[in-house]
Amino acid sequence: MSANKQRVTIKGTRDGLNIFIEDTCSFHEAMADLHEKIVESERTNDKQPVPVTVKIGNRYVDNEQQTDITELIETNSNLQVKKIESNVIHKEQALAWKEESEVKIVNRMIRSGQVLDIKGDLLLIGDVNPGGLVISTGNIYIMGNLFGIAHAGSGGDRKAIIAASYMKPSQLRIADYISRAPDYDSEGVYMECGFIDEKIDQIIIDRLQVLSTMRKDLSAFERRMFNG
Amino acid sequence: MGEAIVITSGKGGVGKTTTTVNIGTALALMDKKVCLIDTDIGLRNLDVVMGLENRIIYDIVDVIEGRCKLKQALIKDKRFDDLALLPAAQTSDKTAVTAEGMKQIIAELKHDYDYIIIDCPAGIEQGFQNAISGADKAIVITTPEKSSVRDADRIIGLLENEEIDPPKMIINRIRQHMMKNGDMMDIDEIVQVLSIDLLGIVIDDEAVIKAAHQGEPVAFHPHSKASIAYRNIARRILGETVPLQSLEEEKGMLQKVKKFFGIGS
Repeated sequence: MSANKQRVTIKGTRDGLNIFIEDTCSFHEAMADLHEKIVESERTNDKQPVPVTVKIGNRYVDNEQQTDITELIETNSNLQVKKIESNVIHKEQALAWKEESEVKIVNRMIRSGQVLDIKGDLLLIGDVNPGGLVISTGNIYIMGNLFGIAHAGSGGDRKAIIAASYMKPSQLRIADYISRAPDYDSEGVYMECGFIDEKIDQIIIDRLQVLSTMRKDLSAFERRMFNG
Repeated sequence: MGEAIVITSGKGGVGKTTTTVNIGTALALMDKKVCLIDTDIGLRNLDVVMGLENRIIYDIVDVIEGRCKLKQALIKDKRFDDLALLPAAQTSDKTAVTAEGMKQIIAELKHDYDYIIIDCPAGIEQGFQNAISGADKAIVITTPEKSSVRDADRIIGLLENEEIDPPKMIINRIRQHMMKNGDMMDIDEIVQVLSIDLLGIVIDDEAVIKAAHQGEPVAFHPHSKASIAYRNIARRILGETVPLQSLEEEKGMLQKVKKFFGIGS
């Protein structure tokens, strides 16, 4: 039907060079066309590698096929594949994604010696007692007393925060940062949160209200989608 | 059908054995049939505190390994017929007792006794697991010290995983003046951190040490504060509502007169 419709097109946009691959033909056909296109558009005098984004529409490619595409492009031209963008993802991947983007509600006490380790954001209704440990890949919100240790952004998310109704933690950990309680006996604080201040490169504790300016995207779905 | 209650604490030296003896005695004083079990194999002393040491012939390990019948190993208290003791072994080591063996013994005792009170060893190893394996209820003992409260918290966490009713707590060895001055944790603070029901408070009382020295439970002495506290706890176990003991120290007549004239403290 569309014999002269091109399966593979190369376009330059404001964000850089894009290769579009039609998603209705077979992978085999697409690869053949891609090869043809790459070879014919090759510019030998350009030594500098040019970054390119491959957009494959509603086509699912597994890891092996992704390497095939990357190899084909990079061996036959001076293009460098920056990213392969697909509109679809695998079901397993989607489930993992969902798990990491959810706010998990846990309703119990974390006592001395107990560890609660979850993916995504944690909303704990209950206390964390001295010697207790809560870990999450996202943010930690505690409706209760935090006396033990809380570790937010355990997967390396430095934007993660820890908020609690009452804070008197023995340690706060965010990503790879650790801060501990002072050696003198201090009073705890109500309705505060801990986060990493980039300017002084350490964890600070401040009123919950500052979050609205410090972490504007706290409740955004995208943030939760990419944490963990 | 009786009820098995384990007395535990995690930390050593907070008064598990004393509490076991005195709750047992107080329950027996209220005409309940009570059996105490010492599960601290190798370090038995429940019999010493009760003054029954020289009557031991068989012990719990003999029962489990089939060298005697359960009834033969039980020691009747010299003061009541309704109070019995199953002593721990002093020579064997902790591996001689299994959770399964404990369950069997407790199930058998439940036919004859209203309350079976199990004295748990310190720590969270096998001895602890054995002691709690047959229990229906648990009482956690703590003192107003940070380390003791921390261990109680750990124990409560471990008990949550077992098929036992939510544990209740006794705060032992309270020193009123230290609590008032903030040198010890106060009762509200402990209850808030552990967030379990308070079964009773026991004031640090020299009468307890004296009674243990004489091999006579303090719950017998009608006037000491600790004795009243233990009897109140026993009444609460039976389901009565008893208010907590006041922590205020009673002032002598002279101080009252001084206060009246505004010269005392």
